[in-house]
Order: sequence, then C-alpha cells, then structure tokens
Amino acid sequence: MIRLLRPALLLLALALCLAGTARAQLTIDIIGGGATTLPIAIVPFAGEANYPYPLTEIVGADLARSGLFRLIDPVGVNPRPARAEDIRFADWTGRGADAVVVGSVTPQSDGRVEVRFFLLDAVKQTQLAAVSYVVTPAQFRATAHQIADVIYEKLTGDAGVFSTRIAYITKQGPRYELLVAEADGYNPQTIVNSNEPLLSPTWSPDGTRIAYVSLESKKPIIYVQSLATGQRQVLANFRGSNSAPAWAPDSSRLAVTLSRDGGSQIYLINADGSGVQRLMSSGAIDTEANFAPDGKSILFTSDRGGSPQIYRLTLATGVVERMTIEGSYNVSPRHLPDGKGFVFVRRDGGSFNVAIQDFATRQVQVLTQGTLDESPSVAPNGKLILYASESGGRGILAAVSSDGRVKQRLTAAAIDVREPAWGPLRK
Amino acid sequence: MKQLNLGSSMPMLWATALLATLLAGCASPPPEKSATEDQTVVATTPGSGAGTKGATGSGVTGNVAMQGNPLRDPHSVLSKRSVYFDFDSVVVKDEYKPMIEAHAKYLQTTRTAKLTIQGNCDDRGSREYNIALGQRRADTVKRMMQLYGATDAQIETVSFGNEKPKNSGHDEAAWAENRRDDLVYVGE
Repeated sequence: MIRLLRPALLLLALALCLAGTARAQLTIDIIGGGATTLPIAIVPFAGEANYPYPLTEIVGADLARSGLFRLIDPVGVNPRPARAEDIRFADWTGRGADAVVVGSVTPQSDGRVEVRFFLLDAVKQTQLAAVSYVVTPAQFRATAHQIADVIYEKLTGDAGVFSTRIAYITKQGPRYELLVAEADGYNPQTIVNSNEPLLSPTWSPDGTRIAYVSLESKKPIIYVQSLATGQRQVLANFRGSNSAPAWAPDSSRLAVTLSRDGGSQIYLINADGSGVQRLMSSGAIDTEANFAPDGKSILFTSDRGGSPQIYRLTLATGVVERMTIEGSYNVSPRHLPDGKGFVFVRRDGGSFNVAIQDFATRQVQVLTQGTLDESPSVAPNGKLILYASESGGRGILAAVSSDGRVKQRLTAAAIDVREPAWGPLRK
Repeated sequence: MKQLNLGSSMPMLWATALLATLLAGCASPPPEKSATEDQTVVATTPGSGAGTKGATGSGVTGNVAMQGNPLRDPHSVLSKRSVYFDFDSVVVKDEYKPMIEAHAKYLQTTRTAKLTIQGNCDDRGSREYNIALGQRRADTVKRMMQLYGATDAQIETVSFGNEKPKNSGHDEAAWAENRRDDLVYVGE
C-alpha cells in the first residue's frame, strides 16, 4: 500500500524544484552620506553603448550608494579618454574630481568581450589600478560590481561588497518567500516559497548554502539549501522547536537552538545534520548563537540573569561572560568581521534599535532611530549593517554604516520585507 | 538558481493523511483542510476566554475522530484550546487550570491521544528570542499536564514565536490575543 504513495511524493519532489522566478525588486534610497565624500569621475567606457547593460552607470550607482563617493559629471570632456595615457588630468581636477575611471569594452572573436578599466588619482597623477576582464555580455552586471569593488578598495582601503549577495524574506498576503538578490537589490531570485512563515536565513561562509527555519510542518524545522542545485535537506527536525541556525566559519557545522531536551538550548551540529552535541546546560533560554570569525567563541542571547542579555562562550574552556551591561533587553548578537566587536538589538523604552559594541572598551553606540529595528546582518567588510525596520506599518530593510553616518532604505512596493542576511565576499 | 515551491505542501498532507487512513484500515476521505487553520473563535475576550477550535476535516486517526468525541463537544471544557499569558510572562493564570487539568485527564485516560502545544508571542522583539519565549510558554503548560497525569510521550511542545499571530494588530488588545498556547490534538 505504501508503494502507492510514491508517485505523489515524486510529484512533490518535482514541484519542489521549480525554476526560480524574478520577484519584486528592492529599491535602495540613500538617506544620509558620510562625513566626507570622495569626488570621482567615471567616464562612460568606449564601446559600452553597444551593449544593453549600462556598465559605468552600475559602477557609479554602486559607489554613490555607499555614501562615500560623489560622482563628477564627465559631460564636456572631448574626446572622452578610454586609456590611462589619454587622460589630461587638468580636465578632471578642474571639475573637482580627485579620481578618474576610464575604460573600454571590446568584442572578442569568440563572442565574449574584453572590459578594461583604469583608475587614476587625478591629484597625484598616478595610476591606482588597471584591470581587464574577458566576459560574456550576460556577466556585465557582475563585472560592473567587480570594477566598483576594485575602485572602493583602492580608494577606501576596505574590501568592496558590491559583488556580494543578500538574502531576505518577503511576505505578501499569505505567501512567504526567501529571496537572494545582488547587493544593489537587482536580480532577486526566489529560492523557497511557502504558505507558512520562513525566518532566520543565514549564509554558509563559503557562499554555497543558506540555512533557514521553516514552519511549513507546523513547527520550526531548520533546513540547509544549496544555491547551485536548489536541493535542500533537513538540518534539524527534533522533537520540539529547531531554530536559530548559525554557521561556523569553516562552513562544516552550525550552532542551532533545540528544545528537544527541554528548554531552548544551543547545540553544535554538522552541516549534514549529524553529530549533535549540546554546548551548555542552563535552565534559562539560550539562543541566537553567532560564531566569532576565528571560530573560537560564540555570542548568544540568554535570560539566565533574569532579562535577555548577550553572553560570550569560549568554546575551548566553556567559560561564559556577560557582554551587555546596560538595559533590560539586549538580543540578536552578530560579530563584526574583524572580531573586534558586535552589533545587536537593544530595547530602550518602547523602541528596538540596532547598536554596536566594542569588545575592548565595552562602549556602545546606538546606530538606528526606528521603533522596531531588528535582525541586523553585517556586510562582510564590516562597514554596513543591514537590518529589518518598519515604515508605514510595513516591513522594510534598511542599512546603516558602522559609524552611523550613512543610511539607506531598501523597499519593495506593497511587500513586507524582513530577515536580511548579507552573503560572504565572493571568492 | 533553483527554487523550492512549498506552496504544494497539500500533496504532502494528502499523502500523509492517505497513509494514515490506509494504515488505520478505515475508508474515510482525506481531510479537506488542516484543522489548525480553522480559526473559528468563540468568546475570546482577550486574556479571559479561550478560543474554540473547530475540528473540521478530522477522521484520520480513529480514536480522536469517534462519534461523541468529547474533544468536539462544544459544551465540554475540552473544547477550550487556548491559554493566554500576560506580557513577558509564562505564569499560567488560575482561570486556565481547570481546562489544562481536563486535557491532562483526557490524555491520561486516552493513552493513544497525542497533543501538540503551540506557544506564541506578541510581535515585539527578536523573532528568534520569541521562538524561545513561546517554547517556554508551551513547556510550562506541558509540565502542568504531566503533573495531572499526562505522559511526556503524549505531548510535543513547539513554538511559532511571533510568526503566526491570531490578531495582526499592533495594540495591546492584539498583543494579548497573540500571547498564548494553542492545544492541537494530533490528527485534528
């Protein structure tokens, strides 16, 4: 009799593998800029007009969105330089530009194109970068993000994150979707959709998988899904609730919160669901684990002291220290990628805000001013924090720089957006 | 990138229901709709009344779906299925103790019955921390039922955190409705 069920399950399996569809796109608005912005002229690349993607527009939009650059209009410079040696620096210093980007797009015999660009310091009259990419026209957006990454890194000293991806959850009516998009909000792809809530997406540090929690089976179950194949497997489906997945830096295992032995407690589990190992035994709530970049400790939320606070567990010794001192509600810790501090959510009066704390000084800076800011996720260069907020009764995403100066809002028309997760740097 | 479509979870429910039906050797049709989706609520003044869940579309596991089932009798205390909590509290108020005791006695006398307690929170604060808070609310009621004679194996406690609010409003009345445990018998 059980054999009869197989066709039904097969159909289900097929339905689970439907191809991705593009969904409502996030629009990013910059609300505030950095204290100083670097003026940069990006000259449209020679030959780029022959292709549908406006390459240099994407580069310029990336840099402008960071809040650290000001674009200088190249109109009026004739002829437009395409190589470093064609540049007359006086054209650019006269327009107030400190840096100039020029380049070209040249078709190759095999149908691919060579994109070549030069970044120059207009004041010192030196070349800072010269890079060439041979790509298909379909890779133009990715190439533009790579160029923006190079420019950002050369001029700020920090890694660029324009080539990274973000994941987030949308809710539209009864429909929940987990999407992955480029860091500028473009090209959103639905990787899971469900009629029951999805939450807590988190990227494997190697960028190949996303772990998330789904209530599709009327209880929280953690899944791990491959981005390349769409295949997913149950990571944790024990008696009770299974939630709060957090990857170890080597992507081999995760910390999760399970209630299988009574109460919400933190366990380690291999990425294939094997080898469950309890980390601590407290009579309190322990949840929201987050690994330090060196993998040697985790931050987590616990109410063992009477109110939810952030603690640090050193894995080798089992020593637990309380990290947050002030306030009655400090939750959702996430390490900064340099390991020197963490962001978290604190409640102050009636509002929930994202704050940043330094490990050495214990100094706290509140970064956001909303009333329901939650689920912070740090960019892999540590410079921007993406978080969920609320505007007009609707969930939106927002980003703030780690110094609190640059602010962005990411919205999608008529859709609740929540639970952002910033992906790792692309190798 | 490949997409997972969980919108087709109904085939799975059907398959599960069909399997249960086949194993039970009875010929009742599969349920039209999951009983937990039936939000027919009777007398829910927030914080005082307990909601009554209609048990439509049952008939999967023989015991629970029998004629004259006390779980379906609207006059039975067993028809009460929600326990409401104060803000940031896991304390079970006295008014819910008779109802919790009645369910525990039912479980004690009906050893084949299995219950899921679903903990819920209002929508303020961390989603993951709220999963843990809802879990604690569910665990509290489970422990009470065990004291009254139900066994550990009969009760699974799970949490929806603030993901499945009964009332989607953002005021105290809505929040009070959302801070609750729902009791759902397996097979309903």
